[in-house]
Amino acid sequence: MIMRTTNAVGIVGYGAYIPMNRLRASEINRVWGGSGTPIEEKSVVSMDEDAVTISVESARYAVKRAGIDPREIGAVYVGTESKPYAVKPCGTIVAEAIGATPSTTAADYEFACKAGTEAFQTCIGLVSSGMMRYAMAIGADTAQGRPADALEYTAACGGAAFIFGRESEETLADLEGSYSYVTDTPDFWRRGREMYPRHGSRFTGEPAYFSHVIGAAKGLMGEMGAEAGDFTYAVFHQPNTKFPIKAAKTLGFGMDALKPGLIVPYIGNTYAGSTPLGLAATLDVAQPGDRILAVSYGSGAGSDAFSFVVKEAIGRARNPEPPVSAFIGRKQYIDYSLYSKLRGKIVK
Amino acid sequence: MRRVAVAGIGLTQVSEHWEDALKDLFAQAALKAIDDAGMREIDALYVSNMGAAPLQGQLQLGAMMADTIGMRGVAAVRVEAASASGGVAFHEGVKAVASGMCDAVLVGGVEKMSDGLPEELSSAIAMSEDQEYTAYTGVTVVGLSALLHRLYMERYGATAKEVAMFAVRGHENAVGCPHAQYPFRVSVDRVLASPMEADPTHTLECSGVGDGAAAVILVPADGIETGVEVASTAVATDSYYLEGRKDLLEFDAARKASERALNAAGVSHSEVDVLEVHDDTTITGVLSLESLGFVERGMGASYVAGGNTTRGGELPTNTFGGLKARGDPLGATGLYQICEVVMQLRREAGPCQVEGAEVGMAQSLGGVGSTCAVSVLRRA
Repeated sequence: MIMRTTNAVGIVGYGAYIPMNRLRASEINRVWGGSGTPIEEKSVVSMDEDAVTISVESARYAVKRAGIDPREIGAVYVGTESKPYAVKPCGTIVAEAIGATPSTTAADYEFACKAGTEAFQTCIGLVSSGMMRYAMAIGADTAQGRPADALEYTAACGGAAFIFGRESEETLADLEGSYSYVTDTPDFWRRGREMYPRHGSRFTGEPAYFSHVIGAAKGLMGEMGAEAGDFTYAVFHQPNTKFPIKAAKTLGFGMDALKPGLIVPYIGNTYAGSTPLGLAATLDVAQPGDRILAVSYGSGAGSDAFSFVVKEAIGRARNPEPPVSAFIGRKQYIDYSLYSKLRGKIVK
Repeated sequence: MRRVAVAGIGLTQVSEHWEDALKDLFAQAALKAIDDAGMREIDALYVSNMGAAPLQGQLQLGAMMADTIGMRGVAAVRVEAASASGGVAFHEGVKAVASGMCDAVLVGGVEKMSDGLPEELSSAIAMSEDQEYTAYTGVTVVGLSALLHRLYMERYGATAKEVAMFAVRGHENAVGCPHAQYPFRVSVDRVLASPMEADPTHTLECSGVGDGAAAVILVPADGIETGVEVASTAVATDSYYLEGRKDLLEFDAARKASERALNAAGVSHSEVDVLEVHDDTTITGVLSLESLGFVERGMGASYVAGGNTTRGGELPTNTFGGLKARGDPLGATGLYQICEVVMQLRREAGPCQVEGAEVGMAQSLGGVGSTCAVSVLRRA
């Protein structure tokens, strides 16, 4: 059923971060002899970057864009499947780095690629209930792709942070409702101590991604009494270029609605960062009154759908904090050798 | 021997049937065939399947499917001859009715491939080759076909484009076919631009991965005034190993089965109005046309490229798309071919209809031609 808040909640600030290294799909083909190009290129972390540094960067931009005192952030949640530590939270590091400690709670979320939007819902609930003034949810990943696997083309690095607060003149976009759609569908998984995830090949299409994304979107739109035409923009989890476009078409959305948030061709699939980054890129261009549908997908499997309406305060967000497009444009190409070193595929 | 007729057919679309188990798919096709035949009692059930053991860990499909369709008590058995399973099962079913031992036989093929990972599917399909001699090397069945593909081009001077046209023609014929997996056109440039599966065979020259089931009901022809009669069936084998073949570019099993079936039916090549051949790769389709005796050796690729196998061509072949476009659910494929010939002869082929079809032939191969089943059907 649709999740609505007791007290209205909105996005107070958001920030993004994408590492500057890019690996072209053609470079992977050169090494492994393939010919697929599910995307043009993907982002790759540098030696000193990981899911925590991506989270910290995006969190700092979110705090600046919100213009709030970070000590008022009562919760910092990081959704990721690329935790640098198996045991030790990313959330505490981020909370410390942005100055939210010590009077705050922090934790990490795991639900494959929808861990970030899981954190959204928790933050929305905490803020709506009045338990805290602000709460921060981050989706960030340095996704792992087995060499020569289909996922190596797309497994990328990046993330985005969102700060939620009670609806007010300062909120950039207000939540209308959320809807989650979850089943036990094991299409993709990684066991402990394994370096790379495994997946059920074509099983990850219809019974996994499309079933859940469309299920969540239809669930939310149905209970809202809304149709595709009622939304200005739509963001769907982006594991490759084809899937979100097909999902959008199935639901009746045109490319104009999809385009601002469709960033996967240029940076790849940032897993838990994918839908938050797509939403951030859409907020970068949205105007007051625009309605945005955002639907994540996490393997295992589930989708979270959200409907936001953009507010006048969005103009305030067009400040020096870099838009997603700035991170997409800021890039340097690396070859497969350097990529192998940076991603720990070869060790000295 | 009694004359045998096809009293009913049933099939599912070849697709990724995620919500249906192996037995669900079988039941869908079998119950349609039973309804189509308008009968409730059968004596025996033949289940054709290739991959249930490696892919689903499932054996004893005979009893399983008999129970699934509410036919407990009937004699039931699984027939396996790799991707010729369907054609061979049909042959066995026809023998059962023709001999007088059975009065109503259901022959149903089923395969569920989508659940398998690519490496599992390759291994399962490679089980059609000798594990101690061929499959253990890691070669795939497409890899073996690719050897023939290269030799064909070198010996006869056929171009890659001419061979690839077999896939293009299949897709053309599949347009409008409701049970086809890929009912759309594909350009030859796109086929040749697709990744190399096994040089010189491209991915779009190979049949894909699909789930499906197809079934027929066989009864004695006496007393059936109109419908489709089984004019003949034949099964032949060849050297199990490519190097044991007299000529790599002739499927001797196909030649023998074709000769036996046509002789038994009293039908000449020129009397065959619709033909369904086994094209799990483009070269397999080309060599089948030649080995069955329809086209001069070395001329198959150019014959197809020249448009002779389209629905309106000289020899309408793979009129619903063949393995490439209708789909190739391994153990069920041979029965899809039989059902399609029946649809043509009954004038129930819709947009795929070949005008005036009176005689049809279906040919199914196991491995790279080590088993061949040929069936000739006639409008009665």
